[in-house]
Amino acid sequence: MKTSQLIDALAADPKPQGLSLGARFCLALGLGALASVCLFLAIAGPRADIATAAHTLRFDLKFVDTLALALPSALLALRLLRPDARPGALVLAFLAPFLLLGAAVVAELTLVPADLWGAKLIGTNAVHCLAIIPLLSIAPLAALLFAMREGAPQNPGVAGALAGAVAAGIAATLYASNCPDDSPLFVASWYPLATLIVVAVGAAAGVRLLRW
Amino acid sequence: MSASVGDGQSDEKWAGMMRAAIAGDEAVYRRLLEEIGRSVRAMARGAFARARSGDADVEDVVQETLLAIHLKRNSWDGGLRLAPWVGAIARHKIIDAMRRRGARRFQPIEDFETILAAPEAEDPHARSDAERLIAKLAPRQRDIVRSISLDGHSIAATAARLSMSEGAVRVALHRSLKLLASAWRSLSP
Repeated sequence: MKTSQLIDALAADPKPQGLSLGARFCLALGLGALASVCLFLAIAGPRADIATAAHTLRFDLKFVDTLALALPSALLALRLLRPDARPGALVLAFLAPFLLLGAAVVAELTLVPADLWGAKLIGTNAVHCLAIIPLLSIAPLAALLFAMREGAPQNPGVAGALAGAVAAGIAATLYASNCPDDSPLFVASWYPLATLIVVAVGAAAGVRLLRW
Repeated sequence: MSASVGDGQSDEKWAGMMRAAIAGDEAVYRRLLEEIGRSVRAMARGAFARARSGDADVEDVVQETLLAIHLKRNSWDGGLRLAPWVGAIARHKIIDAMRRRGARRFQPIEDFETILAAPEAEDPHARSDAERLIAKLAPRQRDIVRSISLDGHSIAATAARLSMSEGAVRVALHRSLKLLASAWRSLSP
């Protein structure tokens, strides 16, 4: 086929309709998060002593950490949907969750006697954490990948991994309100592990679904 | 001509043309795709020559790039410049084509904006894989794409010939173009 003939077909195809890429991405984010909230309330729900827990720094810090992951991931995932995008300074924002968590771990190690470190680290429900965070990630990850298929990322695997990080960030934010373990030692070990699972799934799915 | 043409007038002109095209101006869109095609052709020829891989894939790259530009128009930011976006898509498709030929290491690809000044016309004998890929579409979709592209009929004429509504032809055409893009993609490992 000659290029001029292909151009005839392209020019005859009507103008794009519907939502912009950014609007689709935000809609997917909202719907995915909503589905995740419903699932969370159905299977787990916030812990019974949440009113008291909300006044403790350790409990609140969990939400700062999870949102510090979700937010830059979402902004970067959206930006990288453009083929000519550069990640730019936004990448530095990814240091935030690590710095926050690292500082919290150091503080915890100085505040808590060494013989309690092991118990704090293992916590009471690590397996629960590793199961619920990926489970709650499914809906937002699927919705985001679906919306992101409209984009043209230079590296589909990276884009998928970022979608995974957003989904895990949403899931972890919800789960944090249920999880009885508030020690940064627990949060710094199990939450990232659960997140990593979702990020790996996102990357593998991205390679397949976001190619263009 | 200087190498900086892409930064100036022609890029702003392209961005303006793309805006008009998105607003529905078919004639401007056709002209824009032709101009972009000529520049992408020059970029692909240069890249394949440097990689010493012949230019059998040049027209495939041009057509895949134009198809991707068409299907991914949503991913352009709508700003003052179009060339960086077009160049990124073309680069992606050039690397895809080289990978398809078994290349593992890639020669640096010339910046798209430096070659805007030296567009190249289509080789009248060059053929792409598109025709072979279109042959694999469902019969109705194949007929519609062939009628509009190879035979140069309008949507209205195609609709009349196939006794379909114009709306149905448009929908089928759009779906066929998406399938064509994914068929091309499936050629890459």
